[in-house]
Amino acid sequence: MDPKDVPPQPDRREFITKACALTAGAVAVAVPAASGLFVLLDPLGRKGGAGEPVRVASLEALPEDGEPRKFSVLATRVDAWNRTPNVPIGAVYLRRQPGGKVQAFNVVCPHAGCFVDYVAGAKHYLCPCHNSSFSPDGRIQDPKSPSPRGLDELETEVRDGAVFVRYLNFRAGEKDKVQA
Amino acid sequence: MNSLLNWIDQRTGAKKLLHEALFENVPGGARWRYVWGSTLVFCFTVQVITGLFLWLAYSPGSQTAWESVYYIQHVMAGGWFLRGLHHFTAQAMTVLLLLHLLQVVVDGAYKAPREVNYWTGVLLLVLVLALSLTGYLLPWDQKGYWATKVATNIAAITPLIGPALQKLVVGGADYGHHTLTRFFALHAGVIPGAIIAFIGLHVYLFRKHGLTAKEPRRRRDEPFWPRQVLCDAVACLAVLAVVLTLVVMNHGAPLGAPADPSEQFSAARPEWYFLFLFQFLKYFPGGTEVWGAIVIPTVLLLLVAALPVLGRWNFGHRFNLGFLGAMLAGVALLTYLAVAEDRSKPEYATALKVADFEAERVLALAEAPTGIPTAGAVTLLRADPLVQGPKLFARNCASCHRFDGHDGLGGQPKDKQSASDLKGFASRDWLMNLLDPAKVDSAAYFGGSEHKDGEMVKWVKKNIPTFNASSKEQLRQALMALSAEAGLKAQKDADARDAAIITAGAKILPGDDLGCIECHTIQGHSDGGEAPDLTGYGSRKWLTAFIGNPKHESFYGPRNDRMPAFGADGRLTAEEIGLLVDWLRGEWYVEPQAQR
Repeated sequence: MDPKDVPPQPDRREFITKACALTAGAVAVAVPAASGLFVLLDPLGRKGGAGEPVRVASLEALPEDGEPRKFSVLATRVDAWNRTPNVPIGAVYLRRQPGGKVQAFNVVCPHAGCFVDYVAGAKHYLCPCHNSSFSPDGRIQDPKSPSPRGLDELETEVRDGAVFVRYLNFRAGEKDKVQA
Repeated sequence: MNSLLNWIDQRTGAKKLLHEALFENVPGGARWRYVWGSTLVFCFTVQVITGLFLWLAYSPGSQTAWESVYYIQHVMAGGWFLRGLHHFTAQAMTVLLLLHLLQVVVDGAYKAPREVNYWTGVLLLVLVLALSLTGYLLPWDQKGYWATKVATNIAAITPLIGPALQKLVVGGADYGHHTLTRFFALHAGVIPGAIIAFIGLHVYLFRKHGLTAKEPRRRRDEPFWPRQVLCDAVACLAVLAVVLTLVVMNHGAPLGAPADPSEQFSAARPEWYFLFLFQFLKYFPGGTEVWGAIVIPTVLLLLVAALPVLGRWNFGHRFNLGFLGAMLAGVALLTYLAVAEDRSKPEYATALKVADFEAERVLALAEAPTGIPTAGAVTLLRADPLVQGPKLFARNCASCHRFDGHDGLGGQPKDKQSASDLKGFASRDWLMNLLDPAKVDSAAYFGGSEHKDGEMVKWVKKNIPTFNASSKEQLRQALMALSAEAGLKAQKDADARDAAIITAGAKILPGDDLGCIECHTIQGHSDGGEAPDLTGYGSRKWLTAFIGNPKHESFYGPRNDRMPAFGADGRLTAEEIGLLVDWLRGEWYVEPQAQR
């Protein structure tokens, strides 16, 4: 049926009816959509781990010559509703420094987030994904390295012969080190 | 802008489509009675939108389903609102389906040539009920779990295919991960997909035959847009308003304690719109359930589907109205009977109370600093003394003992009390009363047991009345010291405050003044008597050992009166004894004040 068969009504009333119909319909659908979107955005308000210092290794376990060794970081893993104490939440490379200090790096490549290897023979870290390479002190080795920054160093503390690390993750692909 | 619209139109024919959608003729003008179909489409849209967003946070699996729903409901910002919207819109949909069906039948819109359209409608009704049924299980709480178990067990009595059907639906012989993955796939994929297809067909057929006008027509014909659209939109808003009220009043949707196949749940009931079937089943004695659960409901549904055929008969329409009216009256009556029966049963009220308590308690435990373990929230309740202690007490202790005069759960055991009341066991008050000549042989202490005329009772009755003021003070200090051995949480502050008195009392207790060690052993001091060793009396270690074996020589030995050795005889596991002990001693997680 064509609209012109319909008897004409006063324009103004027609307009108000149309506007009301559209508004009512829009509101009715907007409520569920908005409440869903709101919940969808919930993760934006959630922060990464606080990074309390955790014991990672004993100082004894690190070679005297400063060669990096890989260790798992055990801590309480909070995964949405689950809390699991004392499980691996990531890994670090530790290397002994002169003066009884220890340097720690997050094993995650700052380029795209792959797990970086330490190649003992070549004395460098090599990322298996896009070949970023880093010298033992974490700095970018090859100027053509795809990584925008060196390996992410973490705060360490040596207490009673044990190495404590404040484990944090950082955003990949950025020049600056920003906590994820 | 116009040219862009034209560009799109030339390529898609969108204008014509929109035109067709909006300018459908409404014979006799727009009316409120035509809104029901649109409100249902609206509700379904709300369910699709809210359902998709819930899907983003839901995790089907027997250790994650309840937990993810808990997370949506109690942790995610606005999650309770979203979930409540989904929950109550589902209920609104059932009501609207009924109103739509009534309007169609009353207005005769099911008659030729609209039979096929009517049948697609009946099919949609069944599909929406299937959505409700599958959705009820997904939170994996006690209520959904046990109610759905009933539904799938009913499926199993279907002639011939029943057992196989049940296994297919449940995803195995018993409920588990695959029950949830299957119900979720049905709930969020298969059934909504079918509903979308059938809504398409339903609307297509509706458009093909046109609207069935209610006679007499009040006005001239007019297009669907804008007046009927306005009516529909206002009706949808009204539905939304009702739903929102319910959402806010209930702060989302209810979530019970996590499903536990080993825990009785007497409050299991289906969703209210299935209560009539639940009630109906009560009238079928063993062996005939198939009639009440499957045959009769199917026949009734087929009759509902047959209305268009029946309607061809001269008085067919009136018969149909009568039939539908009678059926709805029957449904209403059965629903009423189900509710009335539950209301009249004190057991049901108790079951509801327990269900509410456990639902609250698991929230407190989930929010505790230890959080939910990967084994699932159900383990929180299983390891909680406050939840398990009373149950263990009722099952194992209450045939002789009492707890504050009841069986631990608030009920009265059938056996008469014949052993002590253990509320506040080893507390100062409990001990002071034990040493009270007027109370020592009362039912709350030794009154019901063999020890009624034993040495302890005799000693109390003979000696305490002769005590002078200084002896009384010595006794008071000794009992405070004895009570401090228990290290009760409720007395922590008092014990700390009275540390000096307790130190003094601890010297009196094994001394000769009061004479306790004539029978008891205390801190290694003993005159060779055989009464229970009071070293560490009431402590976790002492109580665990005592319940484990009261016949042990450091307790009652051969003079033990009836009490079983729960640990030594293997009646209770070490964990169970631990839960009982912790509960008796008042040791359980207490949430920080003013948090919730």
